[in-house]
Amino acid sequence: MNLSRTARAMLWAALAGGLAVVYVPLLIVLLNSFNADRTFGWPPPGFTLRWWEAAWNSTGVREALWTSIQAALGATAIALVLGTMVAFALQRHSFFGRDAVSLLIILPIALPGIVTGIALNNAFRAVLEPFGLGLGMFTVIVGHATFCVVTVYNNVLARLRRTGSSLEEASADLGADVFTTFRLVTFPMIRSALLAGGLLAFALSFDEIIVTTFTAGAGVKTLPLWIFENLFRPNQAPVVNVVAAALIVLSVVPIYLAQRLSGGEAGPR
Amino acid sequence: MNTTANTTPPGPPPSAAPSAPRGGTTPAPGGPRRRLAAILHRRARLRLSLLLSAPMLWLGVAYLGALAALFVSALWRTDTFTGDLVRELTWANFRELLTTEVYRTIALRSVGVAAAVTLIDLVIAFPMAFAMAKLAPPRAQRWLVIAVLTPLWASYLVKAYAWRVLLSADGLLGWGYGLTATIITLSYLWLPYMILPIYAGLERLPNSLLEAAGDLGARGRRTFRTVVWPLTFPAVVAGSIFTFSLSLGDYITVKIVGGRSQLIGNVVYDNIGAANNLPFAAAVATVPVLIMLAYLAAVRRTGALENL
Repeated sequence: MNLSRTARAMLWAALAGGLAVVYVPLLIVLLNSFNADRTFGWPPPGFTLRWWEAAWNSTGVREALWTSIQAALGATAIALVLGTMVAFALQRHSFFGRDAVSLLIILPIALPGIVTGIALNNAFRAVLEPFGLGLGMFTVIVGHATFCVVTVYNNVLARLRRTGSSLEEASADLGADVFTTFRLVTFPMIRSALLAGGLLAFALSFDEIIVTTFTAGAGVKTLPLWIFENLFRPNQAPVVNVVAAALIVLSVVPIYLAQRLSGGEAGPR
Repeated sequence: MNTTANTTPPGPPPSAAPSAPRGGTTPAPGGPRRRLAAILHRRARLRLSLLLSAPMLWLGVAYLGALAALFVSALWRTDTFTGDLVRELTWANFRELLTTEVYRTIALRSVGVAAAVTLIDLVIAFPMAFAMAKLAPPRAQRWLVIAVLTPLWASYLVKAYAWRVLLSADGLLGWGYGLTATIITLSYLWLPYMILPIYAGLERLPNSLLEAAGDLGARGRRTFRTVVWPLTFPAVVAGSIFTFSLSLGDYITVKIVGGRSQLIGNVVYDNIGAANNLPFAAAVATVPVLIMLAYLAAVRRTGALENL
């Protein structure tokens, strides 16, 4: 391609500048978690580990973290099952309404979260209240699973497209039945796609706040709900900042895993 | 098109005829598992229905049902005095929505914010994605993708919060809160969602096309206009679906950095919470849904949905 030297330099500069904009705010959160000034005055007058200690000892943070992990695990499990089923249905069969089904799967993330949130809230209350049940962990998991299906679906679908079905046919020709073929041929083929999709589903659920706001009962407080609740309390600000910093550091773990698992193709899809 | 697997070559159909088994095992009716396997093998339709059953119950019946119920309730109203739901069909909510100046302003403002965020992200993301896909050496590409992906895993709230700290009066930037702050923060939040589809689209674009354009004498700008842009347009649209939709429904970022400005999401939220007026909230919620559906319908033909 005929790109002038200036054009190349400008493109590189755009990339470097863009990445800087992406990372500087995150670095500042990290730095501020050691800022001795309670209101994060800039530049920091000094550095302290006090806030990390306070966050570590905060029961609210610990409970919220555990709640988030539970919800994300539940939603991921459901998304893995449903997403795989749809991916197989759409990739291995062609039928009337296939496009509609694929549109239906992306609908929960294509529609604004608040719409999904109030629709589910409304439906849950209409269905559960006659049984004397309220919103709780279960409803959070259902809500999260609804929009997590798409991540697993996308990963598995891409994998199925690439591998084709010749290996499965060979397996069937050699006498393996449907279940054996799935166990010995299909599943190993899609395993890393499942892991990548599941990881992404977990992250989506772990981070979600809007649908959670509307599907969590009074007793359920996920980490994002806790953060949002304490965001506007000035004396909690340092602890919130530490939680934010910890989440930034922890986010390296899933990225590392995703890279290891899928050989460098872990996208958000 | 038949129901067979779409990559199957037109060979002999997978009949269940006992094809001379080798070795000791016979395909004779073994356990119920074996018989079930045989039925599943023979009947592609049955296999398909089983595969679709649970997902369709979940998304097709429960989720779509919940959405439908919500929009039906937009046609109800609440009693002004008791606050109870009155289940009579009325267009009053939509009439109020359309005739009240405030709501029109807020709706237009929300669309404006979403469009601004999408444009800003496109302008920032395209050169970045292009440098990643076409200028960076292959080894660096992988690391660059990781670098772009990493912030996606960091919490949404944390990032909005980071900008709250940056923009606060005594923060590093100190620009204060408001609509501009909201646009900046939203653009920041959704930037990776724009970069990644465009990067994927550019990666699929063969270098030979760019070289051919160069050999035929096209300069960078012309190659971009006639080759790169038309071929990556679906990817751009795919990215814009994310940035537009995510911005349109947001009410959290506005609360964190928006100062006193309001978007559609806030109106919905306030009517659900403080005002306890579900019908009106549902009516307001139809606005972003209709906009998104129109958007999706408009871009379907570009093939963008395959790029999601």
